[in-house]
Amino acid sequence: MMTQQKPTFMRWTSRVVMVSLMTMMPLQTSFAGMIEVRQVISNQVADQDRIKIGALIDREDVLRGLQDHGVTYADAKARVSALTNEEAHQIAGRLDQLPAGGEVLGVLLTIFIVLLVTDILGFTKVFPFTRPINR
Amino acid sequence: MSISGTHFAVGVFLLSLSACASAPQTRQALKSLPESLSRQVELKRVPFFSQEAFQCGPSSLAMSLHAAGIAVTPDMLGSEVYLPEMRGSLQVEMISATRRHGAVAYRLAPELKDVLHEVATGTPVVVLQNLAFNWYPMWHYAVVVGYDLDRAEIILRSGREERQVLSMSTFEHTWARSNRWAMVAVAPGVVPETAESTAFLEAVSAFEMTNNPVAVRAAYAAASRRWPDNVAAQIGVGNAAYRSHDLVTAETVFRRISNEHPESVAALNNLANTLSDQKRYKEAEEVAHRAVGLGGPLLHLAQDTLLDIEKKRKP
Repeated sequence: MMTQQKPTFMRWTSRVVMVSLMTMMPLQTSFAGMIEVRQVISNQVADQDRIKIGALIDREDVLRGLQDHGVTYADAKARVSALTNEEAHQIAGRLDQLPAGGEVLGVLLTIFIVLLVTDILGFTKVFPFTRPINR
Repeated sequence: MSISGTHFAVGVFLLSLSACASAPQTRQALKSLPESLSRQVELKRVPFFSQEAFQCGPSSLAMSLHAAGIAVTPDMLGSEVYLPEMRGSLQVEMISATRRHGAVAYRLAPELKDVLHEVATGTPVVVLQNLAFNWYPMWHYAVVVGYDLDRAEIILRSGREERQVLSMSTFEHTWARSNRWAMVAVAPGVVPETAESTAFLEAVSAFEMTNNPVAVRAAYAAASRRWPDNVAAQIGVGNAAYRSHDLVTAETVFRRISNEHPESVAALNNLANTLSDQKRYKEAEEVAHRAVGLGGPLLHLAQDTLLDIEKKRKP
C-alpha cells in the first residue's frame, strides 16, 4: 500500500510546493537564448533543473524561517524574492545560528566595555578579574 | 563546577583576552598606507539616523543609502531587514535590501585598508561588529564615516551616537570578530574604489535581478570603464540594451566585443539572438554557427540558439 501511495503523495506535494514557490522566485524576466553575465563570469552553465529545485527548497525554508522570527507572510515573501539563489542557500536552515546585528548599547554597558578593554590594556584597574596583557 | 571545569573556563577567558591583544591590520595600515591617502577624512554629509531599540541594521542601511543618493528612512527598511524575534538583521538581507532600493551592494574584502580607501573616496562603509566577545556576542551594525591616521582613530555613526570615535585597534577588535564584514551601497554608475572586477560583476548581476535595465546598464557601463578589457562587463551592457528593446545598440555592443574578443561565445550567441529578434535570420544563423564552432562550456546554449533560429527561419 505504502509503496503505491507514496509516489502519488510525493507528486502532489511537490506540485503544490512548486506552484506556491514559483511566486517567490526573483522577478527575473526570462530572455530565452541570451547568455547572462553570471554565466560568463563562472564560464559554466550549471544543471538548471537541479539548481531550480534546490533554490525552491531553500526559498521555502527561508520563507518559513523569516515568519518564525516574527516577519509577516507578505513581507517574508517579498524578502525571499529579493535574494539570489546563493544568498537563499547561505541562510536556509540556519537563521538561528547567524549573527543578527541589533545590539543597542546602554551608556552603562559602553562604559563597562571601555573600562574592561582599558583594564586589559593596562591603562586602568577597575575590575578585580582583569589582568593587564603586558604583564 | 568541577576544578577542571573552572580551569577550562579561566583558560578560555584568558585565551580570548590574548586574542584581543593584537590588531594586525591597524598596525599594517598605520605603517604602510600609500602617501596618496588622506591622513584625515570625515564624511560630514552622511546623515545620522539614531537607532531605535534593536534597529541598527535599518538605521545603518538608511545612512548608507542616503549617501548613495537614495532617500529612505530606517522605518521604511524595518520590514525589509529586521527580524523581530532575533532583535536584529542578517548580513544577507542588508545586501538584498540595498538592491531593492536601487543601489548596488558590494561586500568589501576583509581589509581595514579597503574600508579606509572607501571612506577616503567618499563612500561610507557599513560594518558588522561584535562589541563583546566571541563567547558572548553582541552583534551591531554601524557606519564608518571617517578616520584619522595620525591619531589612529575611526569615526562611526553608531547606535545613538552621531559621532563615535574609536581607537583604530579597538575598532579592529570588534570588527575582526565578525570576520571583518563590511559593505558599501553605491548608485548604479559608481564603482567602489576597492572593487575587484569579478566580485563587483557578481554584485551587479544580482542587482540585475530586480532592477530596471536602465540602471543595470549604467552599472555595467561603469564596470566596463573601470575594467575596459573585461568581456563580462561589456556583455552586461549589451544585455541591458537588449532588455530595453534597444536592439540597435545591443547589436553594436555585441559586434564590438566580438571583434575585440573573437573567442567570446557569449558575444556571438547574444548577437545571434539580437539579429534573430530583428528577423534577420540569415545573418543570425551565420553568427550562431560561429558561436557553436567555438565550443567550450557554454556550447550547448549556443546550440540551442542555433536550433531556435533554424526553426524560425524555416517554419
